[in-house]
Amino acid sequence: MIRLLHIEFQKIWKNRASRILTIAYFILLSFVALLASINFKFIGIDFRLADMGLFNFPFIWHFNTYMASILKLFLAIVIVSMMANEYSYGTLKQNLIDGLSKKEFILSKFYTVVAFALASTVFMFVLNLILGLNFSSYNEADIIFKDTSYLVAYFLKLVGFFSFCLFLGILVKRSAFALGFLFVWNIVEAILKWNVFAKLNKSETFSQFLPLESMSNLIREPFTRLNIIKNIETTVGGEAISRDYSVQFIPCIIVSIWILIFIILSYKILQKRDL
Amino acid sequence: MSYLITTKNILLETILTITNLNKKFGVLHAVNNLSLEIKKGNVYGILGPNGSGKSTTLGIILNVVNKTSGEYKWFGGKLETHEALKKVGAIIERPNFYPYMSAYENLKLVCHIKEISENKIDEKLEVVGLLDRKNSKFKTFSLGMKQRLAIASALLNDPEILILDEPTNGLDPQGIRQIRDIIKLIASNGTTILLASHLLDEVEKVCSHVLVLQKGKMLYSGKVDGIMSNEGFFELEASNLNQLSETLSQLSAVEKITIEEGKVLVFLKTPMEASELNTYLFQKGIVLNHLVKRKFSLEEQFLALTKN
Repeated sequence: MIRLLHIEFQKIWKNRASRILTIAYFILLSFVALLASINFKFIGIDFRLADMGLFNFPFIWHFNTYMASILKLFLAIVIVSMMANEYSYGTLKQNLIDGLSKKEFILSKFYTVVAFALASTVFMFVLNLILGLNFSSYNEADIIFKDTSYLVAYFLKLVGFFSFCLFLGILVKRSAFALGFLFVWNIVEAILKWNVFAKLNKSETFSQFLPLESMSNLIREPFTRLNIIKNIETTVGGEAISRDYSVQFIPCIIVSIWILIFIILSYKILQKRDL
Repeated sequence: MSYLITTKNILLETILTITNLNKKFGVLHAVNNLSLEIKKGNVYGILGPNGSGKSTTLGIILNVVNKTSGEYKWFGGKLETHEALKKVGAIIERPNFYPYMSAYENLKLVCHIKEISENKIDEKLEVVGLLDRKNSKFKTFSLGMKQRLAIASALLNDPEILILDEPTNGLDPQGIRQIRDIIKLIASNGTTILLASHLLDEVEKVCSHVLVLQKGKMLYSGKVDGIMSNEGFFELEASNLNQLSETLSQLSAVEKITIEEGKVLVFLKTPMEASELNTYLFQKGIVLNHLVKRKFSLEEQFLALTKN
C-alpha cells in the first residue's frame, strides 16, 4: 500500500498544476477560519459572524464541514487529470508493461483518493478544534465532541465524490470531458429529482439513491439552523419548521455502495479495454 | 550435428511460450493461432509488414491487450503476468514517460513499480549516453533521446529478456545508428532480445533467430542462417544471351533461368560452385563477360515469403 501511494504521490507532486491546486485547496480550507473575523455593519449594528454562534460547539462541525465540502472541486480536478494524463501520456500502458497490475493501478488511485479525503478530514478536525476553542461559548468536552459524526460524513462525502471523479476519468479519458460529464450529470440528477421523480410524487424516495444527491444528503445545509434565519422563518411562516440536521445512516450506506460501484466499475473498464 | 543442436535447445531455459494465441478486433483476425517459444540467450527478430500482428502479439504478452483465446506463459508459468513483467524490459511503439518529470525521476518511478533499488539508474543512463541530461525534464528531449531513455528504463532491472518494438521508428540516421549500437552492445552481453522491426538489415545484423509474421500467422520461424541458407543464384553475361541460356538449360543443377536487364539469372536446385559453371560453359565454347554468385538477402527472402 505504501509503495502504491508513494508511486501515485510522486506522479501528482511533480506535476506543477496538480501541486498548485492541492496547495491552493488546503489554503482555501483554512480560509474558513477567516470567516470568524468578518465584521460588517447592518443598520448601524456591528455584526461579527463569530458572535452569531457560527463557531459554537457542536454546530461548528456541521457548518464548517458543509462549507469546506464546496471546495472539493479543486481536488476533483487534480484527481480527474491524474487519471486522464495517464491515458494521454501513454504512461498507463507503460506502467502495466513495467509490471504494475491493473488492480494495483486502480488501487494506487483509490488509496490516493482516500488519502486526500483523510488529510482534508484531519485538517478540518484540527482547524475546527482551534476555532471552536477560541470562539465557542461552550467548551465542555462532551459538547465539543458531540456532533463529530459530521466529520465521518465529510470524509465519506469526499471519498464518494472523488471516486466518482476517478471513475469518470477512466471512462472518458480526457479531463475536460470528464469534468463536463460531471456537470451534465449534476443537471441530469436535478431533472430526475425535480421533474421525473416529482411527477411520480416520489421525489425524495428515489432521488436519495442518485450518487450526487446521496452525497449531498450526508451533510444537510446548516443555514436554517442559525437562530437569525430561524427567526425570519418564524416571522414569515408563522411557525417554526422543524428539520433533522443530524447525519443519517441511510445516506452513509448509499454513498458507501456507490464508492464500491465506482471502484469496481473502474477496474472492470480497465480490465476490458485494449490499451 | 543436428542431434547436438536439438539437445542444446532443450537445455536452454524457456522464457516465453505462446500456444495457439488468437486476437480478433471485430472481423479482423489480428493474431491467428500463433504459437512460439522464446529461449534464453537468443536474439529474436520478429519480421512482418505493417498490420501483421507484431505489436498486437507483444501487447498481449505485455498485459496491455486482451487475448481472444489461447495461452501464453512467462518463465514456464511460475509467475503471474505482472510479476513476470518486473523481470522483463520492454519498450513499445513510442517512449511513454511523464513529460513534467526529469529523466532521473521517471526512472525512479519505474524502479518503484518494478520494486528494485534506485542505484542502477546512473549506470543505465550512462549506457545510453544520457547521464549528463539526467536532470532535464522529459519534455525537453528529442525523439532519439526519448527512445534512448526508454531503453535505459527497460534495462533498469537487468532484464531476463528485452523486448523492443520498432525501436528506430521515426528516428534520424544518427538516432538509428545510436539505438542500433546500443542493441548490439546489449546483445553482446548475452541478454535475450526480442526485436520487432521492419528494417531487415537491422534484424539481419543483430538477430540469431527470426520469426516472420503475416496477417497474424507465422510464416517462418528459425535461425537467420536458416532462412538465408539457400543455394543462391548466378548472375551471368555473355555476348550471345540466347545461346548462353540454352546451354545452361541442359544442366541438371539448374532450376530456372531468367533474363533481366541484359543479364542471365540462373537459379539452382543443387549446390554448384562458380568455377564449376565457368568450366562447363567454357567447354561449350561460351566465354563470360560477367560471373557473380549471389545469395538471397533476408530482404529478398522476406519479400518472397510475404508475397501472397
